[in-house]
Formats: sequence, C-alpha cells, structure tokens
Amino acid sequence: MPVGLIRYSPINLGRWLVWGGFALALVIAPLVFSSGSSLSLLSLMGTMMIFSLSYNMLLGQSGMLSFGHAVYSGLGAFFAIHAINLSSSGTLQVPLTLVPLVGGVAGLLFGALFGYVTTQRSGTAFSMISLGIVELVFACSLMFPGFFGGEGGVSGDRVFGRPFFGISFGPQIQVYYLIAFWLFVSAVAMFALAHTPLGRIANAVRDNPERAEFVGYDPQRVRFLMLMLSAFFAGISGGLAAINFEIVSAENVSAARSGAVLLFAFIGGTGIFFGPMLGAIVGVLLTVMLPEFTKAWLLYRDFFHHDGHVRTGRHGQPDRDEPAPGIQGTDAACAACHAAAGRACGHRSDRVRDADRDDVSAVARRGTWHFLEFVRMERRCYVDACLADRDLYAACRRRIFSATTWRVSGCLGGCAGRA
Amino acid sequence: MEFTLISLLNGLSYGLLLFMLSSGLTLIFSMMGVLNFAHASFYMLGAYFGYAISQQFGFWPALIIAPLLTGLAGALIERFGLRAVHKHGHVSELLFTFGLSYVIAELVQLVWGRAAVPYKIPSELDGPLFSLFTMAFPAYRGFMMLVAVLMVVAIWLLLTRTRIGLVIQAALTHPETVEALGHNVPRVFMLVFGGGCALAGLAGVIGGNAFVTEPAMAATVGSIIFVVVVVGGMGSLGGAFLASLLIGMVQTFAVALDWSLLGPLARVGIAPSPELPVYRLLSLTLSEVAPILPYLLLVLVLIFRPRGLMGKRES
Repeated sequence: MPVGLIRYSPINLGRWLVWGGFALALVIAPLVFSSGSSLSLLSLMGTMMIFSLSYNMLLGQSGMLSFGHAVYSGLGAFFAIHAINLSSSGTLQVPLTLVPLVGGVAGLLFGALFGYVTTQRSGTAFSMISLGIVELVFACSLMFPGFFGGEGGVSGDRVFGRPFFGISFGPQIQVYYLIAFWLFVSAVAMFALAHTPLGRIANAVRDNPERAEFVGYDPQRVRFLMLMLSAFFAGISGGLAAINFEIVSAENVSAARSGAVLLFAFIGGTGIFFGPMLGAIVGVLLTVMLPEFTKAWLLYRDFFHHDGHVRTGRHGQPDRDEPAPGIQGTDAACAACHAAAGRACGHRSDRVRDADRDDVSAVARRGTWHFLEFVRMERRCYVDACLADRDLYAACRRRIFSATTWRVSGCLGGCAGRA
Repeated sequence: MEFTLISLLNGLSYGLLLFMLSSGLTLIFSMMGVLNFAHASFYMLGAYFGYAISQQFGFWPALIIAPLLTGLAGALIERFGLRAVHKHGHVSELLFTFGLSYVIAELVQLVWGRAAVPYKIPSELDGPLFSLFTMAFPAYRGFMMLVAVLMVVAIWLLLTRTRIGLVIQAALTHPETVEALGHNVPRVFMLVFGGGCALAGLAGVIGGNAFVTEPAMAATVGSIIFVVVVVGGMGSLGGAFLASLLIGMVQTFAVALDWSLLGPLARVGIAPSPELPVYRLLSLTLSEVAPILPYLLLVLVLIFRPRGLMGKRES
C-alpha cells in the first residue's frame, strides 16, 4: 500500500481567522483613521512592521542580536529611490508597485555580501561585527555623494508614468494600500518561512548550536541563509519607505535606525511571530505622540529623524500638503537652526532667503526635503564661520555628518555662540 | 620627518586613550562574558562629571572624584541591574547595556543640554610641552599619555602583584572554584565592573577636554572601542593594547595623508578620465577613507584571523 494516500489535514481555523482578521484590519484601518496625518502614520507603521518582522527573523528565530539591520533596509531604500528616479526619467521600466522588490533584491545581495562576514561568528561577536558593518556603510555613504546624495540624501518623485485606473500613487491613501499589500505578502511569507525546515533548524541553532551541528547542519550556513532572507524583507521595507517619503538619506543606514528597530522588535516581544508588529505600532506611536507631551521630545525623535513627516507641498498638490504629526519637531529644530544661522553668517542661499520671507514654521511645513536642503545650505556659511575655531569646527563637522536634526541645530547654536 | 614624529606622538596618545577605554571593556568581558555596550557612555559620564566638578573645585579634584563617581555608578548598575539580567544569558545582558547606553545619553542631555559644554584644559597644562623642529607638541597630550601609561602599569601591578588581582585572575577562568574557596565572586564581579567603568570615567575626564564634551561623544568613540576589542581578540588585554595603538596610529596618519590610487596609476602611465564610473573610487584620498579604516580592519581581521590578533579561543 503506497504511503501517504490517506492524509489527515484539518483546516487550521484559528490561523485562517487570524490572517483574515489581519487582512481585514489592513483594509479597514484607513477608513477608520482617515485624516491625512493618521494615513501617513499608518503608512509609516506598515513599513516599520515589515522591518521589525524581518529583524525578528534574526533575533527571535535565529538568536542573532544584530546592531546593524538598517544597512539592508537603507541600502534597499537607496536602490529603490534610484529605481524610481531612473523610471521617471525613462531609462528603466519598473512600475512603482514592484519598486519594493528592487529594494528587496538589493537587500538580499548586500545580505549575502555582509552576511558572509558577520555570520562567521555568533553571539556577542556577531553583534559587534554587525555594529562595525553599519558604521562602515554609514561612513561610506558620506564618501560617495554620487550614489548616496551626501548629507541631503537622494529625493525622488513617486508619481511617474500614466495613471493606471486612476491610480497614480500621488495621494497618500494609494501609497498606504501599496504598503498594506506588501506588508501582508511579506508577513505571510515570513510566517511560512518560520515553519519550513530552514526556519525550524534556525530555531535549533538559536537554542543549541552544538546539537544542531551534531544532527548534521552547519550553524554558520543556517545563520547565513536566515540573514540573507531577513535582509531581503528588510530591503522590501526600505523600498516602501523610499516610496512613502520620497527621500532617502544617510540616516537610513545609520546605527540609530538599527537601534530603533531592535527596540521595536524587543518591545513587541521576540518570542511571538506577531510581537514585532505590535512593537512597531507602539514604537511609532510613541515616537510621534510623545513629542507633543514632553519637552524631551528630541529624545524620542532621535530614532526617527525625519520619518515623522511627509514631504509635502510638491508642486502644490493639495492632497498631500498636510503637516504630519510631530511636525513641531522640525519646527523647533528649524527655529534653532534659523536663529543661529542668522547670527552666524551673512550670505544666504535662495532657499534660505525664501525661508526668511515666511515665518519659520512655514519652512517646517514645507517638509523634510526642504529642511535637509536648508541644513545643507546653512552648513556652507557655517563652515566659514567656524573656521576660526578648528576644534569646534571638527566637532561640528562630525555632528553635521551624522546629520540628525537636533545635532545640527545644537551645533549651529554652539557655533553661533562662539563665532 | 617632522610630520612623522608629531603624528606618531599624536597617534600614540590617541591609542593610549583608546586603550584606557578598551582595557576596562576587555576586563569586564573576559570576567563576566558581558560586552558592556554602555562602556562608552561611562566615558561620556566621566567627562561630564569631570566638567561639573572642575567648575566647582577645579580640574585636579575632578581628576580623582569623577572616575570614582563613574565607578560607583557602574557598580550600582551591576549590583541592581545587570545581576538580575545575568540569568537570562549573554544576549539579554548585551540588550540591557544597549538600553542603558540610551538612558545615559538621554539623562546627560536632560541635565547638561544637547550642545557641547565648555570643558577647558587646565591652565597649567595649556601650552606646548616641547617643540620638534617647527611644530609644538601640546603639554596636555603629554599629560594624557602619562596618565594612560600610569594606568596601564597600575592595572598590571594590581592584576599580577596583589591578592585581589590573584582572585580576579582566578575568577576569570574558574569562578566556581574561587567561590568554593570562600571568595565572594559576585562582589568581585561588581568590583571589576565598577573598576572598568571608573577607568572609562578617567579616560572621559582627560579625554573630554582634549576633544569635545558633548552628548554624541559616546557614539563617536563607542563603535571604535568595540572594533579595538574584536580586532585585539575578545578578552585579551594585550590584544586590546596592540589594537588600540594600531588603530590610533592608523587614524592619525590616515587623516593627514591625501594619497589616492591616482598617484601610483599616474606613475605607471595611466590617467583615468573623470568620466570613468570608478573614478570616484580611484580618486578617494586616504584622509577621506580614514573614518572607515578601523571597520575595514575589523572585516579583514575577521576574514583572515577570526579570533583576533591575540585572542586565544574562538567563540
């Protein structure tokens, strides 16, 4: 009698309910929270959820505590934004819906490259090497402005080609559904992966590498495979972030970003598959909401730099000209920046002169891209101002290079005080 | 010649400062198996304590009190935080210290603000120590080197010539046996953790005014000292010493040299045009590459000698 003719495969009702509920929640969420700011918040959450889930493939499933996971999502984001730019100029034909895949493949390739080095070791040494890799990539990103766009980053325009059934991906709601689609697909894929033999062996390697080795599996190889796959999903989240914000800067590959995803995944719980998703929701809410309640908002905002805002007002499109939650952050930083720069230097760029006419909050409302540009312009005059004081200049340069807004503003303040 | 000598001295003083940081980290790691992610935060804490105390009482009292305070903070954190996490394994401990680094950075910002504080070199040490040809070597750099060397000698004497040093050395490898002999190993752990943090604090007090005292200083130096520890071989003091000097030298020399690959290419008669895609890569000067050199070294060491320069075992 052939084996396996009769199979007992009951329908896993609970699983269908959970995933059906998840899909339903994704569809309904923007109908319930329909204001512009909650839409951008939901989109941000979606990208962070994929990112946290991919991170948990390392920490939760394979026991690898990585301090440099943003490398893969960030590089994926850079490749995605370049794909967008090439597609809008007509050199490349990638529909926007598949741009996250570009990010994913980039993540996979860099996962193969860096993962080969990092997964040579496990435990604490792995963590330290992953930190080294993220610092390496971050430093490199400022070294090749052609690809990484220097401190200002690379910006793009996600609306290209002819609208397909009225879908142009201009309005935030369409981008939300794109993110939700990729979130669902990625989550299902990662869940399925956790139940493949590879996923199970990864658990074994996490719990007891020696025994896994005795059974005949090479732990290093298992870690390498898991890291590559995790980097793939991180790249997808990076691609979605690039679509969502239309700007990718060096901050996307920084250790700060890696730390944020580690915190999110850990807060949500690494033992349960859905834990990191919850962590991403809570984490994003905290990073965006807390600034409104406490003066120490920069403390929380440091994780996100500009992710709290949407880039708004491009060609005056009204549907996207909406200040995102947490805009006060840029506001304050901008004000500090502005005030300091006003004292520190005489010459101004056009954009800054523009800013002069409006009040500072208007600059903030114009969004991240302008803000970064603003900082970049300011940096020039401020370098002039600081040249007199070499030590201070060196310190400031370091800080500007690390490019988080508060550091820049703090630095400008310090410089204006001394110059 | 002049450049080489001055760079050598600068590299030496920077390397010694790195060793002051990495020695504590290595001691803690080899003893407790904990890689203290927050170690650089204690360095920052030391610098800020040093600044605050020197505002009130001057630099010299700060040199003594600030490391002690930092060490006390470290010991308290070990006693009431890390010890509770210990039973969950090394990854949890690493996560704990990772979170701690955030907390310390934020506390420092809440207390002292986000801008750099004006932590000045004491006037006695402000000025040149000696002149080599035309360049002056600052007295404070000499002082830093002196303190670092004294510290190295003190650690060495403490570990090899005293009773507590013997107990520490024994507890490194055979904690159960040492405990069975009647020594309080958890207290020894606490002392080592506090001591390591105090060393980092001392480095902060003398490094904070030589460089800049700011909330980002922990992140700046933090990843470098992890590189030092991994390159030197996890848990090897000698390796940490070697790697500190190596990285100190590499960074000091690299930032001052503007060599690029274009030079050697021009010598063999190749002049790549600026349109070439790899032109940017070829035209990168050594000073531009300087920030990534430690990390490149890390990657190379891991590929060719995974246990580090002087590491004994592979994890």
